[in-house]
Amino acid sequence: MLAQFSTYLYRRPRLALALLLGPPLLWLGVAYLGALAALLVQSFFSLDHFTGQVVHRLTLATYGDLFTRANLDIVLRTAGMAAAVTLAAAVLAFPLAYYMTFRATPRARGWLYLAIVLPLWSSYLVRVYAWKLLLSKEGILSWLAAHTGTGGLLEHWLALPLVGGPSLSISTTGIFLAFLYVWLPYMILPIQAALERVPRSLLEASGDLGAPPRATFLHVTLPLVFPGVVAGSIFTFSLTLGDFIVPSVLGNSSYFIGQAVLAHQGTSGNIPLAAAFTVVPMTIMGLYLLLARKTGAFDAL
Amino acid sequence: MPEVKEAAVELERVTRRFGDVVAVDNVDLRVADGEFFTLLGPSGSGKTTCLRLIAGFDLPSAGRIRLHGADVTDRPPYERNVNTVFQDYALFPHLTVGENVAYGPMIRGVARDERRRLAEEMLALVELSGLGGRKPSELSGGQRQRVALARALINRPRVLLLDEPLGALDLQLRQQMQAELKAIQQRIGITFVFVTHDQEEALTMSDRIAVFHRGRIEQMGTPAEVYEEPATEFVAGFVGTSNILRGEVARRWIGRDGVFSLRPEKVQLLAPGAAAPAGFCTATGRLRELVYAGMMSRYTVELDGGGTLVLVAQNLAASARDAAPAGAEHGRSVLLAWDPAHNRPLGAG
Amino acid sequence: MRSDGKRRRASVGLALASGAVLLFLHGPIGIILLYAFTTDDSSYTFPPPGLTTRWFGVAWQRADLWQALELSVRVAGMATLVALALGTLAAAAVWRSRFFGRDAVSFLLVLPIALPGIVTGIALRSAIGLAEIPFSFWTIVIGHATFCVVVVYNNALTRFRRTGSSLLEASMDLGANSFQTFRYVLLPNLASALLAGGMLAFALSFDEVIVTTFTAGQQETLPLWIFSQLTRPRDRPVTNVVAVFVIAVTFVPIFLAHRLTRSKGDTGSSA
Repeated sequence: MLAQFSTYLYRRPRLALALLLGPPLLWLGVAYLGALAALLVQSFFSLDHFTGQVVHRLTLATYGDLFTRANLDIVLRTAGMAAAVTLAAAVLAFPLAYYMTFRATPRARGWLYLAIVLPLWSSYLVRVYAWKLLLSKEGILSWLAAHTGTGGLLEHWLALPLVGGPSLSISTTGIFLAFLYVWLPYMILPIQAALERVPRSLLEASGDLGAPPRATFLHVTLPLVFPGVVAGSIFTFSLTLGDFIVPSVLGNSSYFIGQAVLAHQGTSGNIPLAAAFTVVPMTIMGLYLLLARKTGAFDAL
Repeated sequence: MPEVKEAAVELERVTRRFGDVVAVDNVDLRVADGEFFTLLGPSGSGKTTCLRLIAGFDLPSAGRIRLHGADVTDRPPYERNVNTVFQDYALFPHLTVGENVAYGPMIRGVARDERRRLAEEMLALVELSGLGGRKPSELSGGQRQRVALARALINRPRVLLLDEPLGALDLQLRQQMQAELKAIQQRIGITFVFVTHDQEEALTMSDRIAVFHRGRIEQMGTPAEVYEEPATEFVAGFVGTSNILRGEVARRWIGRDGVFSLRPEKVQLLAPGAAAPAGFCTATGRLRELVYAGMMSRYTVELDGGGTLVLVAQNLAASARDAAPAGAEHGRSVLLAWDPAHNRPLGAG
Repeated sequence: MRSDGKRRRASVGLALASGAVLLFLHGPIGIILLYAFTTDDSSYTFPPPGLTTRWFGVAWQRADLWQALELSVRVAGMATLVALALGTLAAAAVWRSRFFGRDAVSFLLVLPIALPGIVTGIALRSAIGLAEIPFSFWTIVIGHATFCVVVVYNNALTRFRRTGSSLLEASMDLGANSFQTFRYVLLPNLASALLAGGMLAFALSFDEVIVTTFTAGQQETLPLWIFSQLTRPRDRPVTNVVAVFVIAVTFVPIFLAHRLTRSKGDTGSSA
């Protein structure tokens, strides 16, 4: 039976391909693309504010609700945070990736790789929780500040507008640190992969031609690794844009996009507005991906 | 003549297209039972695609393929009584050498003890007795090659297909394996279809050769036929080397219009004014280059009136000075002579 | 030898910076471990006023935790199974044939993890709402499997490419049909990659909270339980214990998956 079926398929490679591709495409097509379509459709519905029911009639009213001053603040706050986290992650990721690629022994490199992959896959929620412990008023960072005489400095920092807050555990700085911490591995890995692909002979050639190490780094290594940085930034940017965990754990009442979406679909039951809200990060990511494509970052993924 | 026997492999107007590329172009081929048949050609000439069509890894876009008279054109590999030795050996890394060899019988449902015995027998045939417990990764390149051979032969195929099986071996091992392959073929008496890009290998091993070029067979024949009577310019240049004489040069020295192949070793180098054998073609020119290569020397002669001719002379010298004379030779006038029978007229190809 | 000294200083600086980044990556995990043993049950005082193991016992008694854990394990198990099947099929298709839209398939598979998590979440929520499907075990599984597929797909495709197509041809050449070839050649060569991909998918699903928030309805997975504790702490000591448990549960499969995909490659590729 099976043998006959196998032979039947052998003569029909297209049918065999269809059988292989069918289930995954069907799943993703229905469960995912279908859901995305539903999302778009929902965003053109509206909420009847009197009955609290979703009105199934196409309208642009919901998008009108989206473009308010308060919502614009939310979008800017989130995008600004995503950009800051991305930049900081690139700066932190580089030395470790560089060390891993050019200094570590192969054995050490294996362990370092594991040391980066472990936090990448391990519980994101728990790692956010760790920062709640670290940042809390009576927690280790305050304790350190008090014991190193930098408590005053910390007070001043928290008093600043924009980055401060009543305590570290309810501040933009805290959110930033937690984001940086949870997304950092996503930046290290692509940079490391890009560095690995830099041909050693090229670096030697540059040194051979009389370039000092700094010049080699600036003119050879950095341009070659840039696509890796962009690839990493796709992750850090996208993950920050879509997150509502970190700001709800460490933030105050100033919402991020994710929180706004959650609030609209949850407490107020305004799924159309929640859907319209997610169109914002999707648009931002779409534009970002278009730009990233130009740098060749997709080959570095 | 081999054609009298039943054809073991028969390709009838077989074409294989990949998109716009025609890898195999309307090929007709008959391999006789028991023959050592070689598909020779440069990479991309269609010889490997042709072998894959015979094995069934790929199906033709048009044409029929028959094995011992049975049409197998759209049968999968496991329904064809042929087996293949792969270029990269394709040994299963998760199985031992013995399990690799016994894979065919295992699939056919042969009992464990029996297939172990069969595998041991095959390993003995390729002189690898006792290595059945090893993993392929623990073997040398030459040993892996033998395992691949044993694994392909255990099913007692009527045709064995070999895809550049010696390509990865170094020269010495290669020559040894050439002899062994030939010996094994003669011992078990099955048809071998052998793919190679190495013309010397093809000439020394084959009963017959098909020379592939751009998806077509340029010439088919015994090694001597292909070498002595090249049909096209491509064959003349790919199998051995050849002087191609055409146009004015051909008219002047051969006295005929057309394109001719003349093998370098067929030409004699004489002193100017010497008497050439009666009826021979002759040419005059100046020596431009002499390459000493041990058992023979290669001379490049600039012909009077244009064109060059390369000839090879057996080294009969008794001393180093005679064998490789210093620059004095350069530019001296020479007389060349050859039997007109060696002027092989070439088709367009 | 000025430049030598300079280079050495640069090298030491690089090593120190790398060490600092590593500390940043792993230090906080150590803090979690420490807090699981603190006697302080109403705040996050550092250093802990005292150490105790009693919270492990308290956590053990909590029925709500057990229920959440059971749901998480069931969801992760089912999502992993679905991802294994779909991911392997997709990888096989992309590896075996060149077809129009091959890149589009890869893109489609990556999309669920490339787009922000709330997009997947709210999209599924919208679909559930529009189709008026009640929330259930399966609504969670659908969400999880969707982004787990790509993990299995990547692992399987990498292994497929390393396996090389001539092994399959050799097997068919020796008389095995497609299904026998799958059973005797493909699966043994693929097994460790699938195991690794499956474990990563499990870890991913076991930990997921963003999409789950939108697809769970009133159900509570372990991450949802933790999340509710993070925003409105009620049982701090128990949360600390659960955090340690989750870290332990996810570390093990990740560590094993890493070993499986690394060491296997050395022996497999040389043949």
